[in-house]
Amino acid sequence: MPVKDYLRERFFPHMWCPGCGHGTILNALIHAVEGLRLNKNEIVMVSGIGCSARISGYVDFHSLHTIHGRALAFATGVKLSKPNLKVIVPMGDGDALAIGGNHFIHAARRNIDITAIVMNNRIYGMTGGQFSPLSGPGVKATTAPYTTIDSSFDVVQLAKAAGASFVARSTAFHVKEATEMLTKAITHKGFSVVEILSQCPTHFGRKNKEGDAVNMLNLYKDNTAKLGSKALEEKPHLIPRGIFVDSERPEYCEEYDKIIAAAMKEKAS
Amino acid sequence: MSRKIRFIQGNEACVEGALYAGLDFYAGYPITPSTEIAEHLSERLPQLGGKFIQMEDEIASMCAIIGASLTGKKVMTATSGPGFSLKQEAIGYACMAEIPCVIANVQRGGPSTGNPTHVSQGDINQARWGTHGDHAIIALTASNHQDVFRITVDAFNLAETYRTPVILLFDEVIGHMREKLVIPEKGEVEIVDRLRTSVPKDVDYHPYLPREDGRLPMSDFGGEHRYNVTGLFHDMWGFPSNNPKIVNDLLRHLVDKIDNNVHTITRYKEHFLEGAEYIMVSYGSSARSAIHLAQNRRNKGEKIGVLELQSIWPFPTELVKEKCANAKAVLVVEMNMGQVLAQVKAAVRNPDRVFLVNRIDGKLITPTDIKQLLRVIQGRGV
Repeated sequence: MPVKDYLRERFFPHMWCPGCGHGTILNALIHAVEGLRLNKNEIVMVSGIGCSARISGYVDFHSLHTIHGRALAFATGVKLSKPNLKVIVPMGDGDALAIGGNHFIHAARRNIDITAIVMNNRIYGMTGGQFSPLSGPGVKATTAPYTTIDSSFDVVQLAKAAGASFVARSTAFHVKEATEMLTKAITHKGFSVVEILSQCPTHFGRKNKEGDAVNMLNLYKDNTAKLGSKALEEKPHLIPRGIFVDSERPEYCEEYDKIIAAAMKEKAS
Repeated sequence: MSRKIRFIQGNEACVEGALYAGLDFYAGYPITPSTEIAEHLSERLPQLGGKFIQMEDEIASMCAIIGASLTGKKVMTATSGPGFSLKQEAIGYACMAEIPCVIANVQRGGPSTGNPTHVSQGDINQARWGTHGDHAIIALTASNHQDVFRITVDAFNLAETYRTPVILLFDEVIGHMREKLVIPEKGEVEIVDRLRTSVPKDVDYHPYLPREDGRLPMSDFGGEHRYNVTGLFHDMWGFPSNNPKIVNDLLRHLVDKIDNNVHTITRYKEHFLEGAEYIMVSYGSSARSAIHLAQNRRNKGEKIGVLELQSIWPFPTELVKEKCANAKAVLVVEMNMGQVLAQVKAAVRNPDRVFLVNRIDGKLITPTDIKQLLRVIQGRGV
């Protein structure tokens, strides 16, 4: 199926700024879905609020654009009530890990079969460039005119510690790699987290003198290295990319089916 | 389901009503005094193939039931004061996206953590205006377990009919008191199921295009029709819009679909109202004391009765006006600072003759409490 058949042309033009990395992630996601030959009727995209969250409207799946930070909670209701659906939850960094941090760790803890995508541009874009819990210290933002002093989360380590059974990281520069990771994440049984670094030239780039989109993408090339690579070994300060966790753990909906079987048996006896 | 007689708590009567109505999915978080609803459903739902999930917080519980409703399930959550506060944003989402769901709020004393194990009826206005922005809401209540059962079934029926969240405003006394419940046989009480679209596959389905009667047939997530659901103002496709006409039309639709049907939604009971010179307007556990007092006074020949409200929102203004038209005085009996009182005063012709009989100390209002004020109003001294 051509890529355009996965899009809702009625919803275009999209609202992302020129040079935004989110469109690249949408591209990667659609290629992943296309590669898997998934039926569009079986996919539900659940998102919260922010630039990233608008992605759910652009795709021709069932789409649920919800409230800020709570996408994973809505998604949990969708998935548990109809486990045969593929549930994909694209979130921004603020959406996923500031206001939505509680739902993030608990979805990971349950290992419910949902694919969470953290489109990390280290900034609140839609509201005009405030710092997020992934900005890290020393960043300029409209709410940090003297630079941030807040430490950032490491999404990978957080997801891992909370119990996600698939955890990966890529960037908007590494589109093919991101597509492969999304493919694996969607196929994976359990809670999967894919963090994709995404450039926001409008708000992050300008304030922090990182230049335009091309410059920022080049930074992703220069500042990251593949897990297990020589480059990472030599320069451990680089941001590692790759699949950090790919493990099997009891999946929540399947475990609940066992509860149903036990409850029915007990009632019958 | 055969007719069964049980001796149970009000919270369990609510569970029985929900299951009778066809509840498939419950998400909740422990909170006094509503917890028994979650406990019993965690046992009962999986026996019937339904799903129960204890979420990480109150907000997540509300969000999860909305998600589950979209896959075609009948859904519910239960909570109390602080939890009800936390759920408000998502309740507004369900109003805006028109998603059927039921929220039981077993009221306790507030504000804040308040008086967790004691009774109150302080969330009447929060049920109406807890979430931001103009909207309409349905809120129901009951004063005994048979009615708790029945009104819970009604809550699901109304949620499906009007595609709206419906609030069940119980209180701690109703929730924890034990009383007899006769569970009706299957078919004895009408169950309303979701109106689903008849639009065939590959034909455009407009999820937010109301029919002439204002109703919107739904399509389950996972089905043939893929559409967008959002909390933003949206057009007939569910596509976000800030077009002034679309915004205006949608907001009016959300309010009108409920407020224009106040007569159909109104639920109430009359106790000794015929020829009553003194009328007590009450609801929930307060109504039990009002009814008790009215019964005693009628036995002594006094013309006093009770108008028991079972639907609080949309407020049955016309009903109250009509029933109280010939009363010498109206006493609103409730356990708050006069939340229904304000509605009654606005409804009747002579608001100066409407009096508040309340108790706000966490104790159930008694017939004696009401009697004391009644004596004053009747000019019989203190």
